[in-house]
Amino acid sequence: MKEAVMQSHSERTSLGIESNKLGIWAFISSETVFFSALIVTYMVMHGRSIAGPLPHDALNVPLTAVNTFVLICSSFTMVSALAAIQRGQTRNLKLWLIATMVLGAAFLSGQAYEFSLLIGQGLSLSKNVFGATFFTLTGFHGTHVLVGLIWIGFVLRKGFQGQLNREDHLSVELVGLYWHFVDLVWIIIFTVVYLI
Amino acid sequence: MTAIFEVEKQQQKLRQWIDGNKIARRLTTTDHKGVGLLYIQAGAFFAIFGILESILIRLQLGSPENTLLTGAVYNQVFTMHGTTMIFLVAMPLLIGLANYIIPLMIGARDMAFPRLNALSFWFFFLGGLLLYSSFVLGGAPDAGWFAYAPLTNGQFSPSHGMDFWALGILMTGVSSTVGSINFIVTILNLRAPGMTLFKMPLFVWQMLVTSFLIIFAMPTLAVDAILVFIDRNFGAPFFLASMGGDPLLWQHMFWFFGHPEVYILILPAFGLISEVIPVFSHKPMFGYGAIVYSGIAIGFLSFSVWAHHMFLVGMNPIADMIFSLDSMIIAVPTSIKIFNWIATMWGGKINIKTPFLFAAGFIAMFIIGGLSGVSLAVVPIDFQVEDTYYIVAHLHFVVVGGTAMAIITAAYYWFPKMTGRLMDERLGAAHFWSTMVGMLITFFPMHLLGLLGMPRRIYTYQGGLGWDLWNMMSTVGMGIVVLSTLIFAWNLIISLRKGLPAGNDPWNAQTLEWSTSSPPPPYNFAVIPTVHSRRPFWDQKYPAESEVKNEPVDQGADADIARTFVSQGAISPIIISLGLMVTCYGLVYMSWAIAVGIVFMFAGIIGWVAQPNTSEAKK
Repeated sequence: MKEAVMQSHSERTSLGIESNKLGIWAFISSETVFFSALIVTYMVMHGRSIAGPLPHDALNVPLTAVNTFVLICSSFTMVSALAAIQRGQTRNLKLWLIATMVLGAAFLSGQAYEFSLLIGQGLSLSKNVFGATFFTLTGFHGTHVLVGLIWIGFVLRKGFQGQLNREDHLSVELVGLYWHFVDLVWIIIFTVVYLI
Repeated sequence: MTAIFEVEKQQQKLRQWIDGNKIARRLTTTDHKGVGLLYIQAGAFFAIFGILESILIRLQLGSPENTLLTGAVYNQVFTMHGTTMIFLVAMPLLIGLANYIIPLMIGARDMAFPRLNALSFWFFFLGGLLLYSSFVLGGAPDAGWFAYAPLTNGQFSPSHGMDFWALGILMTGVSSTVGSINFIVTILNLRAPGMTLFKMPLFVWQMLVTSFLIIFAMPTLAVDAILVFIDRNFGAPFFLASMGGDPLLWQHMFWFFGHPEVYILILPAFGLISEVIPVFSHKPMFGYGAIVYSGIAIGFLSFSVWAHHMFLVGMNPIADMIFSLDSMIIAVPTSIKIFNWIATMWGGKINIKTPFLFAAGFIAMFIIGGLSGVSLAVVPIDFQVEDTYYIVAHLHFVVVGGTAMAIITAAYYWFPKMTGRLMDERLGAAHFWSTMVGMLITFFPMHLLGLLGMPRRIYTYQGGLGWDLWNMMSTVGMGIVVLSTLIFAWNLIISLRKGLPAGNDPWNAQTLEWSTSSPPPPYNFAVIPTVHSRRPFWDQKYPAESEVKNEPVDQGADADIARTFVSQGAISPIIISLGLMVTCYGLVYMSWAIAVGIVFMFAGIIGWVAQPNTSEAKK
């Protein structure tokens, strides 16, 4: 993940922020627009379905609430992972990263289970606009969680190879920024899709 | 785990083979100059197709009731002409130029993320090939470059063309987003010591604003492409009114991308012109701050005018009024720039070389396009001429008279830096005058055709409607433009072979890229320069004129880096992009190729992570 930063620049950057971190922030701001467009699409289409199943009948809010809790917990474990490596505790770093991956995987399993329930009720991409917008929005979020899991996996591998330490842990911070962003997006999706 | 090691080992072997092969080394380069040249070459390659398509269009429309093309083929040709020229020619050429020039202008040794830079090139190039492969795979996209719903529906566009369009647009969109992140970080973080934001060259400023436009505008296009793909392939009803979907949503989302896109194409052009005019007027830029702030203003405003493309859909009058006023307001910062360029020439010792000719031509052509643009912002006029050739005239004056002219200006201006040779001035002048005459004859009659009621996108028309002469004229003009482009190509070829040696600084320029050799060495600068003003190279050349005293710099550390600097290549960007391309084919045909592509991408990512980066390699 550490991109080739020229030596003369790795020591000083014009803004004093690491280039990788600046890059991630730019990437996240672009992703914000991406999810905004998907969420707006969902809101525009809300209540326009001609045929059922409709959101209030189909969605299992308690199940997803538990799932949301799991994902929020994974943000907490991610913060702990970063805190651990900043104190130089490489063993704790690995444990917290593994915990994050387990929680993330649990979230994805929960989502897969939820999808299977909805498909069982006859909902699909082509059934009505609710199905189309719901599966597209939550599906793309799920894909982002999956990408996050793979990314954490690569960081964890670096940890096991002993490449992370108190001074050099930028890759943990970067994947953390992405992971928290994906979490935050889920909280908005949960509010818009399930609670409103 | 062993599988991962195996993948890493194989890619190591591949890299060793590449190091011994000249062409492979050029294709796998991560050096900003190498990637820039790849972009420019690929842009020129796609330009050939874009121009061929425009020749077909003009031949078809040259006379009434022509039967050269059928309606179905004509639809494909104009759709691909627009899509190609915008996504595969104009943007890559601008991004390629910026790739080559920006690190040199700001005194850096490379982009912030060299490998990511190569990745964005390959995403774009393979995305373009994916799009073009549709011609031989059952039919090209045929719903127009802005692909209005419900024309994109499977019922009205049954070939796989629009699927390839959606995926090709997605790939090039990701490419430009990734590229823009790279530009933002490079410009903000890798400036030479002393180069504050307000000492940056104006091209760098305009590219910074453009990069922000891209990262905020492209995602909506990506979502659009995804939705239309799901609609077509999974039967979703996003844009199907009978199922509760909303065809207008497409227009809003498309133009929310599409209008910033106009400025994505023109702001870098403004930047290029702002570099050329001061150099050839032998003066500093007049109103540097005005150019910067007006660029930023255009950037913000460009997100608030998208619905002026949609007056005819019947929004409420208040919305019409707001979008109309906003669109007119954009003319203010744009005019400020034009006055600044003219004021820069005023009283200068003008050196009339080809780059200056084209820059001046740009101003003239862009004013015509800008004025018709302001007229279109007036709602009642728009009601009259919407979807007629008046729009075609307007957009071609802006994109050809603006963006393309600026790209040609930049080609003449920086060719000596990139190749070490000067271009032929007499051929350059012939190119310029034939371009101006050809463009005016081609595009100006389109205003009249529009006012006479000729609609866009029709593949033929009846004679005797008053359109015959103007259409014939436009087709003749196209012939002149093609001729002028051939002169340009010839000039490029012979100058590359026999051009006079250019030296480091053929134009007596002001910015840092001219302080290094032509072409620049892999490390760009032996010693990273220290910047004291907006004209750093001028200060170096004429210390007596500048207010700042050049203090001696410690050259030891920097020179060491320059000596040991190796610009590494990387194979993983190509593997990842190929994987994505295969996945896209898999998606179109819903086959096992999806899995193959994903495996490829994953292998590429493993190789990416495993390859030591430049700074580590030196330890």
